[in-house]
Amino acid sequence: MNEEIKETGSSTHRSILIVGGGIAGITAAVEAAESGYEVFIVEKEASLGGRVAQLSKYFPKLCPPYCGLEINFQRMRGNRRIHVYTLAEVENISGVPGDFDVTIKQNPRYVNDRCTGCNKCVEVCPVDRPNTFNFGMDTTKAIYLSHAMAFPRKYAIDDSVCQLTDCGKCVGACPYGAIDLSMETRTFPLKVGAVIMATGWKPFDAARIDNLGFGRYSDVITNVMMERLAAPDGPTGGRVVRMSDGEPVNTAVFVQCAGQRDTNYLGYCSGICCLGSLKQATYIREANENAKVFIFYIDLRTPGTYGFFSKRVLDDPNITAVKGKVAKVVEDPGAGKLVVEAEHILSAEKVSVEADLVVLATGMVASMSDGRPNATIGYDADAFVLPDESSPGIFPAGCARGPVDVATATQDATAAAMKAMQTIHQARG
Amino acid sequence: MNKNIGVYVCSGCGIGECMDAEQLVALGSDEGGAAVVRTSPAFCLEDVQLIRDDLDSGAVDSAVVAACSHRVNADVFSFGTAFVERVNIREQVAWSHPPNDPETQEIANDYLRMGIVRAQKAVAPTPYTEAHERTVLVVGGGSAGLAAARDAARAGYDVVLVEKGASLGGYAASLYRQFPKRPPYRALAPIDVAGSIEQLQSLPNVRTLLEAEVVETSGQPGRFTVTVRRDGADELITAGAIVMATGWIPADADTFDAYGRGRYANVVSSMELEAMAARGSIVRPSNGSPVARAAVVVCDGKGDDRHRPYGGNVSSLVALKQALYIREQYPDSIVYVLYGDMQTPGPYEYFYKRVQEDEGILFSRGDIRSVTENGDHDVVLEVESTVVGGPVRLSLDLLVLSEDMVPATADAASGALSLSYLQGKELPTTKFGFADSHFICFPYETRRTGIYSAGSVRQSMDLAASAQDGSAAALKAIQCIEQASAGAAVHPRVGDLSFPDVFLQKCTSCGRCMQECPFGALETGEKGRPVLDSNRCRRCGICMGACPVQVISFADYSVDMLAGMIKAVEMPEDDEDRPRILVLACENDAYPALDMAGIGRLQYAQSARVIPVRCLGSVNSILIADAVSRGFDAVMLMGCKAGEDYQCHYIRGSELLETRMQNVKETLDRLALESERVTVAEVAISESDKIPAMIDDVVQTVKEIGLNPMKGF
Repeated sequence: MNEEIKETGSSTHRSILIVGGGIAGITAAVEAAESGYEVFIVEKEASLGGRVAQLSKYFPKLCPPYCGLEINFQRMRGNRRIHVYTLAEVENISGVPGDFDVTIKQNPRYVNDRCTGCNKCVEVCPVDRPNTFNFGMDTTKAIYLSHAMAFPRKYAIDDSVCQLTDCGKCVGACPYGAIDLSMETRTFPLKVGAVIMATGWKPFDAARIDNLGFGRYSDVITNVMMERLAAPDGPTGGRVVRMSDGEPVNTAVFVQCAGQRDTNYLGYCSGICCLGSLKQATYIREANENAKVFIFYIDLRTPGTYGFFSKRVLDDPNITAVKGKVAKVVEDPGAGKLVVEAEHILSAEKVSVEADLVVLATGMVASMSDGRPNATIGYDADAFVLPDESSPGIFPAGCARGPVDVATATQDATAAAMKAMQTIHQARG
Repeated sequence: MNKNIGVYVCSGCGIGECMDAEQLVALGSDEGGAAVVRTSPAFCLEDVQLIRDDLDSGAVDSAVVAACSHRVNADVFSFGTAFVERVNIREQVAWSHPPNDPETQEIANDYLRMGIVRAQKAVAPTPYTEAHERTVLVVGGGSAGLAAARDAARAGYDVVLVEKGASLGGYAASLYRQFPKRPPYRALAPIDVAGSIEQLQSLPNVRTLLEAEVVETSGQPGRFTVTVRRDGADELITAGAIVMATGWIPADADTFDAYGRGRYANVVSSMELEAMAARGSIVRPSNGSPVARAAVVVCDGKGDDRHRPYGGNVSSLVALKQALYIREQYPDSIVYVLYGDMQTPGPYEYFYKRVQEDEGILFSRGDIRSVTENGDHDVVLEVESTVVGGPVRLSLDLLVLSEDMVPATADAASGALSLSYLQGKELPTTKFGFADSHFICFPYETRRTGIYSAGSVRQSMDLAASAQDGSAAALKAIQCIEQASAGAAVHPRVGDLSFPDVFLQKCTSCGRCMQECPFGALETGEKGRPVLDSNRCRRCGICMGACPVQVISFADYSVDMLAGMIKAVEMPEDDEDRPRILVLACENDAYPALDMAGIGRLQYAQSARVIPVRCLGSVNSILIADAVSRGFDAVMLMGCKAGEDYQCHYIRGSELLETRMQNVKETLDRLALESERVTVAEVAISESDKIPAMIDDVVQTVKEIGLNPMKGF
């Protein structure tokens, strides 16, 4: 792989631009490159991996996402047809299938490819920043490595907090001359034959749902935060505890459809959140053998063979799925507990559960709901990219196309890579 | 063969501050006999040129780079075909052990010794490049097969499409409408099977064989030989790779016994309703009269364990679609949709909302207690636990049951590739009977290299998903063809040019390698000895681990090489503070986890000596016996999770290890040694935090049972 942190490499028409370096983008890149095509990944963060790198485990196997990422990164390391631009965004795509002109904007990393990953810079950096990878639950230094598996393994500087040349301690500490505080944003052209939009998703802003208490009570967290809590390299070292006082979680409540299937927020179903909560119920149970878990849902969406996973999780007598819609979450300040009020759908009775931790199963929002490149791309009303003639030569993959799980995203990415390859073959032979 | 080895010791990233690089230099030239030894404060920067120059000038032919893990800077330390051995003294020594400590220095010294042995013994592999067939064979002409054939052809590959029926299109041809395809996702979409077939037939490089079936498949990626039978005549087709898109079949009719199917005239399956809708005549089958009251039941498998432990992917959507069919034909009708959990993920939620808006469609959760028939052939349904309580009695003109989609592989006669593989005729399936990959991250990877499944034979799915699946599987087929023609492995050891070589003169024809290969790469040859189909091989080395007489090896990976590395470790004599523990770590998960322990600067016992292996399944038991007789106090086999949710990239590695451990215990018993000396440690790649304790536990065990009494023999 060519880690294009410095100057741009050459580009050809027999190449594919992949916008986004999450699991869909990585998969499309590896599959196309191993089939003989040149690929350029443009990733806006400092390292690849996207949302899956933030997950502790995948359903239904409860296996770590790093396992698959490692194999994919290993495949990328050995493949010179794969080029990666990090901290970069696509500004403009013009042209026709087989012959696109792309403009890429790359933000300064302030660290060049002489970086060996030795960590000496971090040891001297005086500035802290909220760790966005951990949803602000801890901090990193202004010069940071996104996470333990960060790939490429090169540090980056967050220039929204770094004092740059006013400080410069890291420059002196780096033995290899890898830090360059004079780096600037650069814009450069690329010619490609086809484009894959693998721009993924971002979590829905749970603070928008007033009655569920997110942002007001620290023990109301979202499902994505839960993943970081459970991750061994997360802010608590994998300890699943209450955010307010670090105490164990004896009762946890999962609130399904926290925004989804509600035309006030997200009209669609996110498809993965029921399975996500079933999985996270196992995190709670693993952390505390006496813990009780309640999952309030409208429909438990576990299509196909995932029904097997659902059964396996719900076989645990301490995990209960309740067909009911949560009305509100309030705090009982005296008891230091949260109270979840819900309506039981079948009996139409009100139920109320005391909880140490409330997890909101929020949905996936299309990344393309803002910051779209200037290009001929068709979107639906929810900002998902349409896989049809409204985007000629441009193919969506994974959550850019719709909210899907990892397994579907990898299948989708493989199919998108095939579409891109045949577009190029048809146009250029 | 004596090689000219160059040893390059890096002192960057804290290595120089942790250990004496000069000791490594001396070791390289004296003990290691290196032709050239150099040091640098950072070999990954400008000084990499020194290595390149030594190789270019012929001063050395192999490079041993003692620096960072092979998991970083792979592109920097790559010099054409020259053998490069990476000795990991950064992540696994300098970053995980106390600095300037003789025991830490000893780890680095041992790792360099091991690296030199490996470089001495490794031979550059000569790839197998005899398989160049580039045709893609697609079996099955339904949605998935049509898409696979079309896309492979449009990407420039010749395609042969084999369909057992008289026409293409599969089930799509018998469906009336499909689920909404476009925003606002409210309207059912037409199905243009004829258009898809026409598009395919316009491609000059597609050959379609109808009423044809595969009667035998042999060979390997890049050179499959497939016998196709048509009109009683056999034709041999050579293909580079195969897409299996044989689709689904309805479950046995008795699946729906309790619902009166086959017993009551007005109980129909969803496929029967499709046919009626396509004709524009949905009626009561008993007397052909109109339908005023109907029920559509979502059989999603929940609470119904009699047949299978999972639900359908599409049955909810089928029920919604068919409720609309009935309402379309009979605007005054009432249609009940009975369901448990409505499965309408993603934008299909909008479709669900649209159906809910129809006042003639009534939704209720409910469990069906009984289905009977009255004298007029009305279907009488008793439902419990509905929204209005229960039980509720419904008298219906028509009851529609969603068809249960079973993969075609469930019927041996319906879609088999008839593989002429020693390990069996069928494509291995997952626990659910689907010819699917076991891996979330790596779809389409079946256990028969070069054969990729697509569509409902892989998972139950709708038409759009099947077409998508066909495209993706076509890519995998193309990719396999490209790799096979270069003699290179496909996933996960992509590009590996080595393959197992069997020293046949010493083979005892025990057959273990042929049985244990997860991919069926070895067939029986003359005198019961193994014959390798190189391009089926994924290079895991499980055959090498299996062989009781150690006659299987790779050019750059062998029992002899691993034994040499074990032997290279300097064994302290009878020093209780300096036990030695051999850690054989799987390169896929355990070794990266050890690296990450170093990156996190976690410290673990200095007695561990780590050797990466391709898979724990590649560890031959003789190596463990060897290690113990060389004086190692304990051996840890560090690998991934076994069992139903196994993570082994080679399917069976961790499973086989369990049986092999039995042999190991017997060996230890024979040597009168404690069996606790050999342990299996399961570690996930994300669990680097657990590694120090895991190794400490073994150190503790050694303390308790004492040092290996074989030491010094």
